[in-house]
Amino acid sequence: MSFDNNTPPGPLAEKWSRYRGTMNLVAPNNKRRIEIIIVGTGLAGASAAATLGELGYKVKCFTFHDSPRRAHSIAAQGGINAAKNYANDGDSVYRLFYDTIKGGDYRSRESNVYRLAEVSRNIIDQAVAQGVPFARDYGGLLDNRSFGGVQVSRTFYARGQTGQQLLLGAYQALSRQIAEGNVEMYNRHEMLDLVLVDGKARGIIVRNLLTGELERHAAHCVVLGTGGYGNVFYLSTNAMNCNVTAAWRATRRGAYMANPCFTQIHPTCIPQSGDYQSKLTLMSESLRNDGRVWVPKKQEDAKAIREGKKTGNDIPEEARDYFLERRYPAFGNLVPRDVASRAAKVACDEGLGVAPTGLAVFLDFEAAFMRYGQSKAHSAGLHNPSDAKVRELGVKVIEEKYGNLFEMYEKINGEDPYKMPMKIYPAVHYTMGGLWVDYNLETNIPGLFAIGECNFSDHGANRLGASALMQGLADGYFVLPYTIGQFLSQDIRTPKFDPNAKEFLDTEKDTRERLENDERQGQPVGGKLPPPPR
Amino acid sequence: MKLTLKIWRQKSPKDKGRFETYKVEASPHMSFLEMLDVLNEELISKKEEPVTFEHDCREGICGTCGLVINGQPHGPNKGTATCQLHMRFYKDGDIIVIEPYRASAFPVLKDLAVDRSAFDRIIQAGGYISVSTGAPQDGNAIPIEKDQAAKSFDAAACIGCGACVAACPNASAMLFVSAKVSHLALLPQGKVEAQRRAQAMVRQMDEEGFGMCSNVTACEVECPKEISVTNIARLNREYLSASLGSEV
Repeated sequence: MSFDNNTPPGPLAEKWSRYRGTMNLVAPNNKRRIEIIIVGTGLAGASAAATLGELGYKVKCFTFHDSPRRAHSIAAQGGINAAKNYANDGDSVYRLFYDTIKGGDYRSRESNVYRLAEVSRNIIDQAVAQGVPFARDYGGLLDNRSFGGVQVSRTFYARGQTGQQLLLGAYQALSRQIAEGNVEMYNRHEMLDLVLVDGKARGIIVRNLLTGELERHAAHCVVLGTGGYGNVFYLSTNAMNCNVTAAWRATRRGAYMANPCFTQIHPTCIPQSGDYQSKLTLMSESLRNDGRVWVPKKQEDAKAIREGKKTGNDIPEEARDYFLERRYPAFGNLVPRDVASRAAKVACDEGLGVAPTGLAVFLDFEAAFMRYGQSKAHSAGLHNPSDAKVRELGVKVIEEKYGNLFEMYEKINGEDPYKMPMKIYPAVHYTMGGLWVDYNLETNIPGLFAIGECNFSDHGANRLGASALMQGLADGYFVLPYTIGQFLSQDIRTPKFDPNAKEFLDTEKDTRERLENDERQGQPVGGKLPPPPR
Repeated sequence: MKLTLKIWRQKSPKDKGRFETYKVEASPHMSFLEMLDVLNEELISKKEEPVTFEHDCREGICGTCGLVINGQPHGPNKGTATCQLHMRFYKDGDIIVIEPYRASAFPVLKDLAVDRSAFDRIIQAGGYISVSTGAPQDGNAIPIEKDQAAKSFDAAACIGCGACVAACPNASAMLFVSAKVSHLALLPQGKVEAQRRAQAMVRQMDEEGFGMCSNVTACEVECPKEISVTNIARLNREYLSASLGSEV
C-alpha cells in the first residue's frame, strides 16, 4: 500500500498558514450533529476534547482513570519549549524547528515539525490565559531556562511540576466543556478495540472498569491520545497503567506503526534497587543544567563505593572522571539525552558504576552550590565569606530551583542529595515512534487520528527535552481541531452511527472471545507479564 | 522484615466490609505499594482475591493512590503520597492497619478504592478560567509579581487525592476547594470570575455531602503537597464578599 502524507505544497514556512486558510470547514449547525470519540485525557486528549467541545462538536471522551486529571502527562517535570525568544538569545521558529529536526537525527517530518514550532508560541499564551502559574522573574515576566540539547533558553516551567500545571489547565478547560454539556466524560472506561465501518474508524469497544461489562460506542471519527508504548519494556518511567492497549488494537485493525525502534532512554532516572521494583522514577533533566555527571577514574574506587566502604564525597577531584565534559566539551553535561544515556552505560560497562547493582553514575551539585553561593554573597555585599557560608547560600538557590526533585530523590533513595552526590541511571522514558499519521494527524485508517506521544511524526529518532508537552498541546489545542475538519467535512450528511449495527456487535464478540481466550491461558489482560527468567 | 497487615476488605459498595489479617515479607527498600504488590502476587498464586487499591504514577503526582495507614491518610511521613512511602520507615514485626478513605462523599467501591468523582464535579462547577482555545494576548502582556505567582503555584500544587477529606473529622473538602479558588484568584487572569467561582464551587461541595470546616487543620497536616490552610481563609473571604455583594 502507498502512504500519502498529505503535506500541503508551498514553502515550508508558509505551508500551515496557507493550508489553514484553504482547508475545508464544518459549519456550526453541522458540528452539532457530528460526534467525536477521544480516548485518553492527557495533554493531547484533554486539550483536544476541550477545544473540539468549544467548537461545538459532540465529544465523547474516555479515560481508564477515575478522573481525567490523573493522566501520566501530569508527571512531566522539566518544562515546555516555545520559540518566544523572550530571552533575546537568538531563538526563532526556524531555530526551534531546526533544533528539533537535528536532535531527531533528521528522521522527523519537516512540515509537521515546522508547524509545531510555529504554534508553540500560542501554547504559552493559551496556558497563561488558563491560569497556569509559570515561573516568573522579579519584573513579573515569564522566566526561561535552557534544556538539554540546545543553546538557547526557551523552556517555560512551573517549578518541577510543569506537566502537572499544564494538564490541570487542560483538565479545567475540559471540565468547563463537560459542565456545558459539550463533552460527555466516561471515566474508568478502557478502550479494548476499534470498530471499523466500511474501512473507516467509527467507534470503539470499551470495558467499564467498575462493572466489568463491555460497551459499544459510536461516532463519526475516533481520536487516540493514549500515549506511548514505553511499558513494553519491563521497567520504564511510565505510570503503572500505561498499557498501550488502545494503540495496539488500532494496529490490529490495520493502522500502521512507524519507527517503533525509536525509544528514548532518559539519562537521569533514580537507579533500580531490587527485583520487586514496579517502575522507575525520573529526575528532571533540568538537573543537568547545574549538576555535573561523573564516575571514579579507578575501578577500585567504584568498587569501594558499590560495597559501601566509600562514598562519592571520599573521591578527590583528581580521581573523578567528568566524562560528559571530557568527551563533549561544547555541550558538556547538556548533551542530548541519547548521548548522555549512552555515555553513562559505557562508564558502567567499564566497571565504574557506583550503585550496588553496578548501574549508576553520580550527578554532583557541589560546583553549583559554590557558584550560586558566590554570586548570592556578592549581591548581598558579603566580603570574604567562608566556604561554608557560600555553600549554604548556594544550597538555598538550588533548593528554590529544584527543591521538590531533591526531596523526591531523598524519599526514594534515603540519601540527602544536598550532602551526597545523587546517583542516576538511564531508563526507558518516551517513545518517539507510534501510529503513522499524515499532515492531518490521521492514520492510514480513515477517521482514526493519533495525537501526542501516540503518533510518530515530530521527534524523529530522539526527542529534545521539554518538547513532549509542547507536542501534546500543539496537537490537541491548535492542530487537530483544524485538520479533523478535512475528514469530517465529508461526513456532514452522515447520520449518527448505531452502536447496535453489525460491525459493532461483531467487534464486541471478537473482543469478548479474545479476553476469554487470554483468561484461559492465564495471561493477565493488558497487565504486566511475569518477570523474565534470571 | 516480617509484617502483619490488617487490611479493609469490602466486596462492593453495598457489602458491609471487614478487616482481614495478612502476613507479608518485605524489604526496607520497597515502596509501600510494592509491598502490597508482593502481597497480591502471593494472594493470586494462592487463587485468592487480590486486594484492590488504586495507584498509577507512583511518583506522588497523579493523586490516584490514597490509603489510610494506621489512621493517617498517606501514612506517617509529612508531605508524602502513599506511593512515596518506603518500607525503611517500618521495622520487623510491625502491625500495619490499612483502610480506605472514610467519608460519605467518597463511597467505597471495593476494598481500598473509593469514588472521588465528587471532586471532578466541584471543578466542573467553576474551577476554571473561562477562556476558549484561540489567540489570547501574549503571555507576557500581564506581568505577575513573582511572589504572587509563587503563592498561586503553592495552591495549584494540589493533586486532588482527597487526603484532606479523609483527615477531617467533618469530612470537609474545604482545603481542596480553597486551593483551586486561591490558585485562580491570585492570578489577574482568574480574578475576574473569582467571586462567582467561589460561590459555585462551595455550592457544589455542599451538594456532594462534604462536611463543614471547623478549623481543625488536620487537612494541612496530612496533605501530601502541604497545601496551607491559609487558602481556606482566602476562600472564606471570596465567598463572604461574593455573598454580601450579590444582592446589592
